[in-house]
Amino acid sequence: MELPPGHYLATRAAALAAACLCYRRGSPGRGLALRAVRRASRQDIDGVGQKYHLELVLEDLLDKDSTVNCTAEVLYHLGNNIPPDVQFTIEGELKNAEEADNIFYNRIKSLEKELVAENIPDSHGNVSPEMEPVHLLAWVASGYVIWQNSTENTKFQLAQIKHVKQVKRSDEYLEFDYTILLHEMVSQEIIPWQMTVLWHPQHGVQVTQDSRQPEHASE
Amino acid sequence: QALSSPPHQVDFWRHPTSPGQPADLWVPFPGLQAVKVFLESNNISYRIMIEDVQELLDEEKKTMMKSKRINRSTSTFDYASYHTIDEIYDWMDVLVDDHPGLVSKLQIGQSYENRPLYVLKFSTGGSNRPAIWLDTGIHSREWITQATGIWTANKIAKEYGQDPSITAILDSMDIFFEIITNPDGFAFTHSSNRLWRKTRSINASSNCVGVDPNRNWDAGFGGSGSSSNPCSETYHGPYAHSEREVKSIVDFILSHGNVKSVISIHSYSQMLLFPYGYKTAPAPDHQELNELAKKAVGDLAAVYGTKYTYGSIADTIYMAAGTTVDWAYDNGVKYSFTFELRDMGRYGFLLPSSQIIPTATETWPALLDIMVHVLEHPY
Repeated sequence: MELPPGHYLATRAAALAAACLCYRRGSPGRGLALRAVRRASRQDIDGVGQKYHLELVLEDLLDKDSTVNCTAEVLYHLGNNIPPDVQFTIEGELKNAEEADNIFYNRIKSLEKELVAENIPDSHGNVSPEMEPVHLLAWVASGYVIWQNSTENTKFQLAQIKHVKQVKRSDEYLEFDYTILLHEMVSQEIIPWQMTVLWHPQHGVQVTQDSRQPEHASE
Repeated sequence: QALSSPPHQVDFWRHPTSPGQPADLWVPFPGLQAVKVFLESNNISYRIMIEDVQELLDEEKKTMMKSKRINRSTSTFDYASYHTIDEIYDWMDVLVDDHPGLVSKLQIGQSYENRPLYVLKFSTGGSNRPAIWLDTGIHSREWITQATGIWTANKIAKEYGQDPSITAILDSMDIFFEIITNPDGFAFTHSSNRLWRKTRSINASSNCVGVDPNRNWDAGFGGSGSSSNPCSETYHGPYAHSEREVKSIVDFILSHGNVKSVISIHSYSQMLLFPYGYKTAPAPDHQELNELAKKAVGDLAAVYGTKYTYGSIADTIYMAAGTTVDWAYDNGVKYSFTFELRDMGRYGFLLPSSQIIPTATETWPALLDIMVHVLEHPY
C-alpha cells in the first residue's frame, strides 16, 4: 500500500532507516541525516510483521548541499521483541571523510589527558569546532541505539550529549563513554541513554554496550 | 575657609590639608574674578583644570542618553540570540514605546507561579475587529518559537504602512500575539532543565510536575495521544483547562468573540498542521485548509529551500487529543493551524541561534499567506 510521503508511518520508518544507515556508514568526519522521503509503501505480512519500502534523500551533515539518494527496506517484527531489519542501497558515492577522520583520530591519540565534555550542543545550540567530530560520532553511534529500539510507534532523535568521557585504550581503537539524551517524538519523552562507543578510521563505529538510564521524574 | 563662605561660595573638591599640599576648588561663574583676585593677592599659585564644568556635564548626559537609547530600541535588539524572560518582557515594552498607536500590551492572566501572561495587541483602531491569534512558546523547550515570535512581532510593527499585505490586514483586523505562552516552563529551561516542555504546576497525587499545555484543551480531552500519567510529557492534566496558561487564552478568545484564526507555533519537524489531532476523521474544512497549507509551505520553501510537510495533525505527526487548534476549530475558529518550525532533528530543540533569523524570515511569507486568506475570506 502506497503511503503519502508526509504520512507519519512513512517518516518514522524513514527516520529509522536513516539512523541505521548512518550507523553503518558514518564516522566522526561524516554524518548523514534524512532530508526527504520521496516514496513510501507499507505491506502487512501475516505472522511476520510490517514491511516498508522507501525511497529517501539523505544529506551530509557537514555539507548540506551534498545529498545522496537511497532505497531502503524496513521490517518491523510482530511483537517488537527483536529489533527491526533494515537493508539499504545507496546510489552513488558518499563524500570521502578519510582526511577529517584521520585528523580527529590523531588529535585524540595525542591528547595527554582523556577528553571529557558536557552538554553538546549547549543550550543555544552551539557546538565548538573541536567538539564537532565528538558530536558526529555520538550522532552515528546513536543510530545503533535508535535502530535497536524502534517500533512503528516511535521516532527517535539524538537531542543532546549530556556527558562524554574518553576511555584510554592500549590498542589502536578510540573508546568513548557517552551519556546521551534521546528525544522520542511520539511520547515526547527525553530518555537518557548510556553507550560505549569504539571507533577506528578503518574499522568504523561500534556500540559495544548500551543501556537505557532512569529518567528524572520531577526535574 | 574664607573662600567657602559668601561672597565667594566655592566648593572644595579636594580640601586643603596642610601647607604645600594642593587643594581643588570649583568656582561658580559670577565669583570667578573675585576668586582669582583673592588667590593672586595672597600669592597662591593656581592652575585651571576644567574650564567649564557644565560643558562636561552636558557631554556626559548626552553620552548616557545615547547609550540608554542603544539598549532600548527595537531596531538594535539582538534578534539573532536567544533571550531570557526578563529581556523579552523588557523588549515588549520597548516595542510598545516604539509603535504607539499600533502596538499595546495586555495581560490576560497569570501563570501557575504568578508570572504575568502578556499579549501584544496590534490594532489600527475600530471596535472588536475580527482578529488573528498567534502564540509561541507554549512548549517551553521550543526556543526557536519564542525567538521567531519576537522577530515576527517586530516585523509586523515595522511593516505596517510598508508591506501591502500586512497593511491591508491591520487596516481591517487586529492581531493578538502571545510570545511567552508558558513563562514558568520558559524560566525553568533557563534555570534548570533546558528540555522542559510542560507547565510547572504541582500535581496533587504525584512527585512529577507539570501538565502538557497542548493536551489540556477541551477537544477530545483525555483521548488517544495524551497521557493520564502526571510523569508523562503528554500528561493532559486533571481536567480540561486546568492550567491557568490555557484557561486564560480560552477566556480571552471566547470573550473576544470575533477571533477568525488561531496560529500556534511549535518546533521541531518542519510541518504545517491543521485539525484534527483527536480524531482521524477529516475536518469539514479539510480541503480548504489543506490547499492553504500547501500554498504556505510552498512560499516558505521559496525563501531558503526548507521543506515542510503538511496535513492534518492525525495524519502527519500523530494522534494528539486536547490540542489548542482542535479546541479553536471546534469553537468556530475555522483557520486554525499549528506550525512545527526547524529543524528535522539534527539539532532539534537545541537549534543554533544562527538559525533564528533565517527561520523567522522563511516563516513570514507562510504566516502572511494564512493571514491574507483569513482577511479575504470573512465568515
